[in-house]
Amino acid sequence: MSAAGATISTSDPYRLGSRGPNLARGHGGGGPASKRVVVGYGFWLFLLSDIVIFACLFATYAVLSDATAGGPKARDIFDLQRVAIETACLLASSFFCGIATIAVARRNQILTQAALIATGLLGLAFILLEASEFAALHAQGDGPTRSAFLTAFFTLVGCHGVHVTAGLLWLGTMMAQFYAKGFRPDIGRRFLCFSMFWHFLDIVWVAIFSLVYLVGTRL
Amino acid sequence: MTIDPDGHDLEYQHDDLGGASDERNASLGTYVLGLSLAILLTLASFWVAKTDLIYGPGIPVALATLAVAQMGIHLVFFLHLTTAPDNTNNVLALAFGLLIVGLVVFGSVWIMAHLNYNLMPTQQLMQMQR
Repeated sequence: MSAAGATISTSDPYRLGSRGPNLARGHGGGGPASKRVVVGYGFWLFLLSDIVIFACLFATYAVLSDATAGGPKARDIFDLQRVAIETACLLASSFFCGIATIAVARRNQILTQAALIATGLLGLAFILLEASEFAALHAQGDGPTRSAFLTAFFTLVGCHGVHVTAGLLWLGTMMAQFYAKGFRPDIGRRFLCFSMFWHFLDIVWVAIFSLVYLVGTRL
Repeated sequence: MTIDPDGHDLEYQHDDLGGASDERNASLGTYVLGLSLAILLTLASFWVAKTDLIYGPGIPVALATLAVAQMGIHLVFFLHLTTAPDNTNNVLALAFGLLIVGLVVFGSVWIMAHLNYNLMPTQQLMQMQR
């Protein structure tokens, strides 16, 4: 009996091929879904609601992107080289967050901390580049008050930047928790949420660099 | 056919130990593959934005397509969205989220474009009527 169960679970981890009580957990068999799955689902719902907020900001930007009020147009102010470096930073940061996920699964403290430091430094580089772009625009008189286009631009990109900044603070607390408390289940779940948040920010940035910066330079 | 309760208890503990929920799927290979695909699509986007090989008005469409493709790569390889039973709810929620996003973005752009057209500055309107 138990041998049969073992073979089923190795070849068919979700027990899709079996009937009756051997259904997948959370799907009619084996009791409710594990806490990890439930926590991940709850945080996923939060991320989707955040996506809706970003969708509103994207819609605002799309509507106002022509309302330059005689000020600079998108192609006059966007520096694609800086955007390329920002994109590389955030993508690499997301990758190192994945490395940290593997390290946490292996309970490897040194690798976890190192991967999280790399994640954080790349995220910080991204934020500094974005801040320098904003400062330069403001210095040349093209701040958010210049035109509706620039208001929408600063709101959308700035909102993403605020998210990344909050993510960096969260990252710091995660490093401290892994260091001080070790790989406890609850901390593992918190880290699951953090990694989802960080990958989600990269997805939003994909939309920003494609639809705001790259499209902006061609319109 | 009764399940082995001990086995399930063990699995419970295993699941809640605190590794990534994606332990089953997460491996270095997955992340490297995802990163490579994301880099390729990013390079393609930047190339499309600069190239003259593509019909100009088609470039925003090409960029949007590449962006959607890259978001899909991120969802599958970094966020480990799968078709597994413990992921069904996530996929359904994502579908609903995409519906809302589509309504908000396309609805706003559509309505505001029409408003812009109908509330055109008088001078321009006069020119069009000529």
